[in-house]
Amino acid sequence: MIAEFETPSDLVRAAQAAYNDGWRRMDCYTPYPVEEAAEAIGFHKDRVSLLTLTGGLMGLCAMFSLETWISTLAYPLNIGGRPTYSWPAFIVPAYEWTILFAGLSAAFGMIALNGLPSLYHPLFNAPNFRTGATDDKFFLCLEALDPKYDASGTRAYLESMGPNSVVEVEY
Amino acid sequence: MATKDIKPEDPRIDPKTGEFRVLAPGFTFKTVTAKIADIVLTPTTSLGWFALFSVGGAVATLVIVAVTWLFLKGTGIWAVSQPVGWGFAIINFVWWIGIGHAGTLISAILLLFKQQWRNSINRFAEAMTIFAVVCAGLFPLIHVGRPWLAYWLFPLPNTMNVWPQFRSPLLWDVFAVSTYATISIVFWYVGLIPDFGTMRDRAKTKFAAYIYGLLSLGWRGSVRHWVRYETASLLLAGLATPLVLSVHTVISFDFAVAVIPGWHTTIFPPYFVAGAVYSGFAMVLTLAIPLRKFYKLEGLVTDRHMDNMGKVMLTTGLIVAYGYGMEVFMAWYSASHWEFFMMWNRMFGPMGWSYWMLIACNIAIPLTTLWVRKWRTNMTFMFVMSLIVNTGMWFERFVIVVTSLYRDFLPSSWGTYRATKWDYMTYFGTMGLFTALFLLFVRFLPMIPMNEIKMMLPSAKITAKAKPAVGAGD
Repeated sequence: MIAEFETPSDLVRAAQAAYNDGWRRMDCYTPYPVEEAAEAIGFHKDRVSLLTLTGGLMGLCAMFSLETWISTLAYPLNIGGRPTYSWPAFIVPAYEWTILFAGLSAAFGMIALNGLPSLYHPLFNAPNFRTGATDDKFFLCLEALDPKYDASGTRAYLESMGPNSVVEVEY
Repeated sequence: MATKDIKPEDPRIDPKTGEFRVLAPGFTFKTVTAKIADIVLTPTTSLGWFALFSVGGAVATLVIVAVTWLFLKGTGIWAVSQPVGWGFAIINFVWWIGIGHAGTLISAILLLFKQQWRNSINRFAEAMTIFAVVCAGLFPLIHVGRPWLAYWLFPLPNTMNVWPQFRSPLLWDVFAVSTYATISIVFWYVGLIPDFGTMRDRAKTKFAAYIYGLLSLGWRGSVRHWVRYETASLLLAGLATPLVLSVHTVISFDFAVAVIPGWHTTIFPPYFVAGAVYSGFAMVLTLAIPLRKFYKLEGLVTDRHMDNMGKVMLTTGLIVAYGYGMEVFMAWYSASHWEFFMMWNRMFGPMGWSYWMLIACNIAIPLTTLWVRKWRTNMTFMFVMSLIVNTGMWFERFVIVVTSLYRDFLPSSWGTYRATKWDYMTYFGTMGLFTALFLLFVRFLPMIPMNEIKMMLPSAKITAKAKPAVGAGD
């Protein structure tokens, strides 16, 4: 069941109210990031940062050990008697790979945690979703999986919040 | 300074701050989407686009011809020889990479500093970065002599049991530039995902909806997704910032680690990075000024953007000027005969004209005029200025590479450098390639990030007061 709102403020207020009333299986859909709406539905921890840190450290260790192994064991080069384990020279590629791995983890981690790509979603069947959610309308979705859900009651509940329209989506 | 020379009732000025407005008043969510998406989704392409694209494409064929001949004959067709072993290829490589740096600066560093005005220009500035890196990457690749063996640069196991030498700055370059290209593309694509969603939903033909739908990965704007998306963008910006500073630093190591007078200096890393940003902003202006006129985007890319970009150029130009001054000072203060001679030869030797060209284009003309706000918002002036600065920065690379090499320690081994037609063809060809790629971007992708513009609109402000008719919450 989705309700369409005209302004972000209306959406945030409605989402906050529904959350306070005990709804949990819910989501908001907006054309641009509305942090307040995420706060309102109680979502503020994401694991993207942790993934990025892990990725970065992996890149660092991978490159630094590769360089050490190549320069000291696999293919030691004696150039003017300089030490083969010349770690200051290894910093630059290791630094670049830290950034490379961290950046890729951030981007692909975000996509994976979001469950994308998922080219189909039931919400796309709602008549007003595709024209609004990525353009200028704000949606609150209360899902049927929530124990508080019942078709007529939820519709009346959403309509009491002053939306443009309330639509039931085939799930 | 110059707030006085603009009348206070000027509609372009925000009365609260006395600065130019970032966006023209009167935009709503709907008009932002329509304005940006419809440039791409229109079925008709203007004749001007085709005309420019044919010019760009025609010039790009030069690079194809030149590279084909190069692969057949070898690098001997270029002017590189002893003592100038590095010629146009490295000059153009450094020049193009430098141009790319402004895109990352705009998309990453200004995001971290919460400079919201950047939102209008970051998408196409970043596209510019990617295409500039494409042009830059071509040069070292074709300069290796046997480009089909270029994979030897990477630490890959092979039957000869040979591995790369990690103590060479040239190998550091491989990692710096390949990371830079990858992260730029990823950052750019992540920024595009939500806009692809918008394009999918607005597309009028099935085919366009299908393609944009695939590219959008099924983006549906869930706020949970948005929170992760924002975190990822911020982290990518935080990672791209040290990256962009490191890339030109590593490139400057290619020179600074050598013992050649004129290269062996510690001023190179900061001065290379500042020069990169300087030329990059000039290129952003070269692209933005015709673009906003042609597509009537003055409401989104406003005089504020032009004014601010002028200020950034002024700042980085002053850093570059300090770098030049320091080079001259150190040539004297080092009391090294070779350093002193190098600087004298650079200024008054047979190639002295290139040094004075660089001083005129990078310092004398821009750094005296960019102080005036009225000129910073005069588009003809800024366009000409951006071309002058780009020329000047190319001469800077030329001066550093050629005038340091052609007369070094032993007079008996002095030589000269005169680029051949193949050098020029490759150089101009990459400009055509850049133009063609950029025109394709403008035609097929939204050149301004819609979701980031919507965030800046006054209607995006969350207000606490409830609508009277609503009995929400019970």
